[in-house]
Amino acid sequence: MKPENHNHEEIQKALKEALPRVDAQLQHDLWPAMLRRIQEQPELSVPWYDWALAAAIVAITVLFPRIALLFAYHL
Amino acid sequence: MNLLQRFREGDLDAFETLFRQFQGRIYAWIVRIVRDSGAAEDLTLEVFWRIYQARRSFDPTNDFGGWAYRIATNLALSHVRRHRRDKTQELPPEWPQETTRNCNPALEREKRETVIRAFTRLPVKLQVVATLALVEELSYEEIAGALGIPTGTVKSRIFRAVRLLRKQLSWMRVHK
Repeated sequence: MKPENHNHEEIQKALKEALPRVDAQLQHDLWPAMLRRIQEQPELSVPWYDWALAAAIVAITVLFPRIALLFAYHL
Repeated sequence: MNLLQRFREGDLDAFETLFRQFQGRIYAWIVRIVRDSGAAEDLTLEVFWRIYQARRSFDPTNDFGGWAYRIATNLALSHVRRHRRDKTQELPPEWPQETTRNCNPALEREKRETVIRAFTRLPVKLQVVATLALVEELSYEEIAGALGIPTGTVKSRIFRAVRLLRKQLSWMRVHK
């Protein structure tokens, strides 16, 4: 056995002894918690009146191009 | 419309099916990296929450499992980085049976603390690969696939981890 392999095995043995064993088996179903999280944190969505406001601004700008300067000033 | 397409469109039943199909595997993967079952459960939920939020950007022709594993790996690595300093302080109370056979418990505990201290000083990338390869005994290919790195990189990281551990450990004291 090469010295390198010997050290590798020694390190492996030391790590296995030192690190706690973990149970990789999930003990219970996480879906109820996931569902709660989805219901508690609804996704952000743009309300209809924001879309309506944006459409109105676009329409006004098309119909009265000079007003775009006023919008630009306020932005 | 297939399951992944339905998931992309926001169908909660489709998401539930995928969640139940993958939750155990994602948890098992995370717990091997973070080595804490409570944290692994929280991180598993976080993985699926991110998946749910990003569903519209998911291409249903792609591999859902691979996507989930990548998110899980990134979150688990971030968790290890955040908590690595705490780990040097706390040692689990339970003792592996084989270490208590015929030695002085105080010496064994000291030895174990030395090993854990040396291990937590490793860079996180080396720490994770060393855990998966040397403690969990996963194959190089499995590790490479899950971490999204070439097999050669896995081997070199294990080599570097072992070399650094060997340097850090005081072998005269630890391996009498």
